[in-house]
Amino acid sequence: MKGVVRVLEYNWMTYRRTWRGTLFFTFVQPVLFLAGLGLGLGGFVDRSGTGALEGVRYVAFLAPGLLAAQAMQMASFESTYPILGSIVWRRTYHAMLATPLRVREVLAGQLGWIAFRLAVGSVAFLLVIMLFGAVQSPLAALAAPVAILTGLAFAAPIMAFSATLRTDEWFSAIFRFGITPLFLFSGTFFPIAQLPDVIEPIAYLTPLYHGVALARDLSLGRADLLAAVLHLAVLFAYFAAGVGAASITFRRRLVL
Amino acid sequence: MLPLSSQPLIHARRLTKRFGSFTAVDGIDFDVAPGEAFGFLGPNGAGKTSTMRMIGCVSPPTGGTLRVLGMDPVADGPRIRARLGVVPQQDTLDEELTVEENLVIYARYFDIPYREGRRRAAELLDFVQLAERAKSEVEPLSGGMKRRLTIARGLINEPNLLLLDEPTTGLDPQARHLLWDRLYRLKQRGVTLVLTTHYMDEAEQLCDRLVVMDKAKIVAEGSPRQLIERYSTREVLELRFAPGAQESLDGQLDGKLDGIAERIEPLPDRLLLYTSDGDAAIDAVHARGVEPESVLVRRSTLEDVFLRLTGRTLVD
Ligand SMILES: Nc1ncnc2c1ncn2[C@@H]1O[C@H](COP(=O)(O)OP(=O)(O)OP(=O)(O)O)[C@@H](O)[C@H]1O
Ligand SMILES: [Mg+2]
Repeated sequence: MKGVVRVLEYNWMTYRRTWRGTLFFTFVQPVLFLAGLGLGLGGFVDRSGTGALEGVRYVAFLAPGLLAAQAMQMASFESTYPILGSIVWRRTYHAMLATPLRVREVLAGQLGWIAFRLAVGSVAFLLVIMLFGAVQSPLAALAAPVAILTGLAFAAPIMAFSATLRTDEWFSAIFRFGITPLFLFSGTFFPIAQLPDVIEPIAYLTPLYHGVALARDLSLGRADLLAAVLHLAVLFAYFAAGVGAASITFRRRLVL
Repeated sequence: MLPLSSQPLIHARRLTKRFGSFTAVDGIDFDVAPGEAFGFLGPNGAGKTSTMRMIGCVSPPTGGTLRVLGMDPVADGPRIRARLGVVPQQDTLDEELTVEENLVIYARYFDIPYREGRRRAAELLDFVQLAERAKSEVEPLSGGMKRRLTIARGLINEPNLLLLDEPTTGLDPQARHLLWDRLYRLKQRGVTLVLTTHYMDEAEQLCDRLVVMDKAKIVAEGSPRQLIERYSTREVLELRFAPGAQESLDGQLDGKLDGIAERIEPLPDRLLLYTSDGDAAIDAVHARGVEPESVLVRRSTLEDVFLRLTGRTLVD
């Protein structure tokens, strides 16, 4: 357990040098998205009637979706390049494992660090949403932990994969053919009922859909317990499977 | 000689490491006593790093027995690693952190509080002559400085056993001598050193006892002096010839040198004549009408031991 804290401390030490660069992603990007899409595009959407959105203003519909989608993006980035770097380029994990630290502590610490980054990002995002007046229920506060879990549901399996790689050439494919399509078609910007009927069921299988749907239900104050449990179960399942896989790939890669 | 009371710090019997079907370490036996400087000397691919990684409890043995500090590396890895210092062959310094931060965070991995970590960092940076670089980034440091920093880092937990995998490979002579001096001081303070090298002069300088490894096996064991006495002669006469004389060298100049030396070893551009009296051998060579381009008499080294044992030179 102490080892997990040490890995967090290491990440904190390097983060202190680079945190300024993350401010844009954390604060400015949400403002841009909510202003441009939520208010700008949303103005159009709302004028043509909000029937398709069940009477909700577009910005209030969009904001919690973006919260979950941004968590996915941040988590995906944090579980690709930094992981490969710690194994191949900077060899941080090798340095750690020559000390009393264990592989499982390194893995748990890295996931904990990603959770911390997600927490900061999600709370910041939520504050921006409130500034936009796009929150309809106090339950919206729970959308932050949902966003963190959504991020972790991506981070764990992607980390497991990153630990099997020798170069970063796969990563652009992950973002181009995985993360970006999910970002666009998981119900963040429009209800997935709009998708062609053959594609719609696929959306239900992706973790982002469940993160977006649950965050939105909470923010709009219309959460239904059974649906919420189902969404959480799917997110947990992705996370747990990812952790299981990463325990194997990390060990295979780091203990030779 | 081991005092009866002292348990070996490292004890290995039939120690084996396989990667798939490839055997990198093939059933080797050795013991390292407290306070000793023990070396693994061998060419590229001999299995030195594989052995060191098993001792360092980062690589589980495939077979045989291994005890480190009286414990089992597989069961007690973290407890053993808490008391080891490690200088890996490939540096694992964090280039995004400063010199001092590298030491302080490493101290944290050993549960050393920040305050104490900073105190030890200052002391160790003094010891490896990097004090004035404490606040600088790691990336621009020279190879020798990085190596010294890695050694300082390996000492942060005040280990009684320091593992050094090729501590001076790739460094210029000055940097190597500085490092040797620091390692010698550590040994005098009672730190047990285990190191690998493919430099015979390094092994001769630093090691009380060493094993020669080749192709995953130990081929000889002893102090540098014992090894030279056992496997070589006191002196070596080197005869250099003009390029192109290869064939007659292999045929040792058609037997013209027969009986002059205990053993003659042909190399691509020269002959090595192993003898107890080099000057007498020179006279004999001239008397037989052989005219090399140059002659040199020197003392035997571990390089000669290695050549004798394996038929190959150490550094290729
Ligand atoms: N992880 C691994 N997987 C497969 N083969 C390996 C692995 N690590 C080492 N080997 C092989 O084992 C053999 C011994 O390697 P090792 O690194 O122990 O040699 P070494 O004596 O340290 O050599 P060098 O002087 O080049 O550092 C080599 O042939 C190497 O290719
Ligand atoms: Mg090696």
